[in-house]
This record gives sequence, structure tokens and C-alpha cells, in this order.
Amino acid sequence: MANVLAVCEQKDGQVRKVSREAVAAARRLADAFGGSVDAIVLGAPGLDAAGANLGAAGADRVLVAADPSFALYAPDDGAATIAAQAKVGDYAAVVLAATATGRDLGPRLAARLDVPLATDVTGLAVEGGNVVATRPVYAGKAIQTVVVEARPALVSVRPNTFTALTGAQGHGGTVSAGTAITGGARVTVKEVKAAEQGALDVAEASIVVSGGRGMKGPEHFHLIEELAKAFGSAAVGASRAVVDAGWRPHGEQVGQTGKTVSPQLYVAVGISGAIQHLAGMRTAKVIVAINKDKDAPIFKVADYGIVGDAFEVVPRLAAEVRKLRAG
Amino acid sequence: MKIAVCIKRVPDTETRVKIGGDGASIDEAGVKFILNPYDEFAVEEALQRKEKAGAGEVVVLSLGADAAQETMRTALAMGCDRGVLLQANPIPADGLAVAKAIAAELKDGGFDLILFGKMAVDDYNHQVGPMVAELLGMPCVTSVAHLELQGGGGAGTAEREVEGGMEVVGFTLPAVLTCEKGLNTPRYPALKGIMAAKKKPIEVKPAQLGAARIAVKALALPPERKEGRIVGEGPDAVPELLRLLREEAKVL
Repeated sequence: MANVLAVCEQKDGQVRKVSREAVAAARRLADAFGGSVDAIVLGAPGLDAAGANLGAAGADRVLVAADPSFALYAPDDGAATIAAQAKVGDYAAVVLAATATGRDLGPRLAARLDVPLATDVTGLAVEGGNVVATRPVYAGKAIQTVVVEARPALVSVRPNTFTALTGAQGHGGTVSAGTAITGGARVTVKEVKAAEQGALDVAEASIVVSGGRGMKGPEHFHLIEELAKAFGSAAVGASRAVVDAGWRPHGEQVGQTGKTVSPQLYVAVGISGAIQHLAGMRTAKVIVAINKDKDAPIFKVADYGIVGDAFEVVPRLAAEVRKLRAG
Repeated sequence: MKIAVCIKRVPDTETRVKIGGDGASIDEAGVKFILNPYDEFAVEEALQRKEKAGAGEVVVLSLGADAAQETMRTALAMGCDRGVLLQANPIPADGLAVAKAIAAELKDGGFDLILFGKMAVDDYNHQVGPMVAELLGMPCVTSVAHLELQGGGGAGTAEREVEGGMEVVGFTLPAVLTCEKGLNTPRYPALKGIMAAKKKPIEVKPAQLGAARIAVKALALPPERKEGRIVGEGPDAVPELLRLLREEAKVL
């Protein structure tokens, strides 16, 4: 047996996009191993419909482990439930998403299964029966290739790097009940305090608009927010300088001591491009820089640059993007 | 309150990475090493908790090369009481192997809190802290950005940053926490602290490492980005930028 288990997350009963990406990564490994993909979703009862969608994402079988205590993330019981399935299924690999939850859950699973963990993986292959993973280290300043010499090979995949499949053919996605293991909670998630309505996380958004010192003060960040809104589903990011100055929350920081992002489009406004910032965003597909200093290092990595005053360029860009999307 | 803080010596975040002769690690020549930035929050939190309790001990632990003692001196200068270095050079890429060595050292230490940074900025593993917790069977909250310990110090509430919000997590002590930026503002070591740190003891012994099951096959620089172009100056360049994003880059 050389099957692969994808660990999926749900939020408010919907399977998250990053989890469909994890299923796509699991699919790639399963095809290389000649096995099938099981997806496991934990949540409150009533998840079957959400689970059924995972067939189209590439899962052959979907296990729904339902329990009222799984509505929010259950660190200990969740790890116990998934570890038990991993043992029963005798998988060649187990794939998670490198999200806040995945980063908490992965190490717990590793310890419970007594296997190592390769985190934040951006490339996966099978060589000589082992999973070989590539992963950015030093915040993307270097790429490490590791061989995982254990079974199951436990990996977490970086959001936005594996493309979620839609309408995957020939994978049943049959939903069955998984076994929820409860009663072992050492910590309890009591609630999730939601950020501002509709706020997207920089690590997951397909478009990120970031502001730096060139914005001159927190009171001008509404320009960044408006541009992000104009793009539709874009997240607001920030440089370390403005986070350290207290203009923006740390959750928005992009860079080596913040988040590493790989969006389709990254727009850097008033960011000079310190090496530790560049490290965090250089894997974006397309980079646009807006800066009034034509010698700013950010222009060295940007695909397209506009030299100019952010206070003039950004509102115009927002207006044109709105026009484009309306048209 | 007895607290352990686990720290790592890492290359400065301003380092330009060069690949070493083995093709699997960085060339350390000329690299400045620092206390992992996230570990500074862990050290600060430990010191504040001890100060608040009015009594106790903060032990700083590191696994790494002998040179990590310099990094540990920084933590001692900030106010930690003593150090333990588990010698390992190089540090295995297998975080579970590292966690087992650390867990074995901390197991019978009687710690109320074991603190880590949420991740190391070199290997980006995000894993040793919660693995140590699992190995010791202790409650664990990762990426803690806000922490409250209740009266007697027997229980606590932590907030951890998740996509789109903050998770509020309840736990009991003893516990393992990994620290996120924003938890506190790390102090700078004062001259007096730096002098005192020189006399504080660091116990040095080999790390008890089992077999590593993650092997680093290669380390390479990322592909260079293609040289971009300046589309134009000022707001008048916006329409051309949008045309390029739509027709050439096809991201809109």
C-alpha cells in the first residue's frame, strides 16, 4: 500500500482553499507512489457536503471525523484523531497545509507518529521510494532539498504553491465517517476573535498590496487598503519598519521576521526593499514596485516599476483597477 | 517560578547567503550570528514572569555549536540565571531528533514554563517547541502573541495569531509556549548585565542525538528574478502598468 493522507482544515463548515492545495500535493505523491488519496476533515457534525467537494480536488476517499468539540481547532484531540487514522491507513505520506493550524498540528503528529516533519514545502517528488521535498530556508534566500527517510513522510505545504485541482477526474471522493478521538485535550481553543470583516491573510491571498515607510504614517495606509479592496480579494501587507514603528499589526509583516508570501501579484508601495523584506516576497509570481527613489533595491526584483509619489500613483491605480474590474 | 527558555544561534537576518563547499549548507565565513529574533520574545517573557512572581529561576538552553555560548551570554546578560548548552555541530535538519535531545534534558527539571520562539529564522522549521511538549506530555500553545497567567499561576490564557483573527486558548501549567512577535518588547542587555553574564555558569555537554531521518541533499540559491523594467514615472504610467499586468503577466 502506498496511499497518501491529506489533512484538511475547515472554517465555519467549509473546507479551506489551502486544504484543497494540500489534497493536490497529496495527489501528486500518490500518483508517484501508485496509490490513492485519503482526505481527513475534522469538524462539528454536518460536514459531509463540504467533504464531498474534496473528490473534485483529487481525493479518492474522504473521512469526516465529526464531533461538536471539533468546531474550532482541537490541538490535542485533533492530533490524536489524525495520528490514529495515519496508523490505521499505513500511509506512505501525510500532507498538511503550512497554516497557523498546520504548523501547530504537524509537530504534534510527528511526535505522536515518531516520524520527522518537513515544513513549508514548495516542491515534492518521490525518488527511490522516499519523499524528496524542496523548501525555502533563510526566508527564501536559499532553497533546501531534503530526503525524508521515514514512513509516513510527514510534510506541510506552503500556501499558494500547489494549485488546487477542480473537477479532478476519476477520483470518487466517497465520504465516510472517520473516528473522532476526544477526551485528551490539554489545551482548549475557546474562541476565535475575528479580525476586521473580510480581512485576508497575506500568506494566503493571491494578491498582496504592501506599504512601507514611504507611506509616511499610519494615517495614510487607507490608500493601501483602498487599493487592496479595488483588486477584490487582496490582502494588506507591511514592511518591518512600519510594523516596528507600530503603524501596522505584526500579522501583516512580510519578510524574514514576518511572513513569507507567494501571491500571484505583489505590489510594494513605498518599500525600499531591505534584504530581509525581499526574502519574504521574492517567490511572488509578479512583483510591482511603486517608489519615488529610482535607485531603491526593490526595483531590482520588481517585474514592473513606477517611479513616483505613492500619494499620486496609488489612488490613480486604485481608480483604474476599479474601472477595469467594473468593465 | 522556574522557567526554561530554549534559544538558537542563527545567522543575522541581514546576511547574504552563500552556499558552502558541501553544497548542502551555508558558507559561514564572515557571517554574523545572532540570538534568533523570536527567541528574544521568549527570553523577555521568561524574565518578566519571574520578576512578577518575585522568585524563581530562568534557565537558558541551547542546542548547537560551542559558539552558541556567545549567543547564550546575550540571554544571560538580559537576566537569565544560568545556561545549558547541548553540543551539536551541525544541528540536525531533523527537528524531532533535536526535540528528543531537548526533551530528555528538560524532563526532570521541574519547570513551570518552557518557552521557545515560534520558529528559527534560519531553517523555518516551526516545530521543535510543540514536539518537545508532545514528548513531555505537556500542554502547548504555539505562536503566542498575548499571554495571561491566572492568580496562582496554575492556569493561563494565550492568544495565538491565526489567518483572519486570534485564537484564544486556555491551558494549565506546567506548559510549553512558543512566542510570537508582539508578545512583549525585549530589553537590551545593560552594561551591568553584560558584566554579570560573564560570571554566570553555562553547563556544556554533548546533545544526546538519535539518528536523523531528514537528510539535506542540497542547498541552492533561488533562481534569480528576471530583471524588471520601469514602466514610467508618476500616475500617468498607471494605464501602461495595468495593460502589462493584464496582457503580458496575465495576473489580472
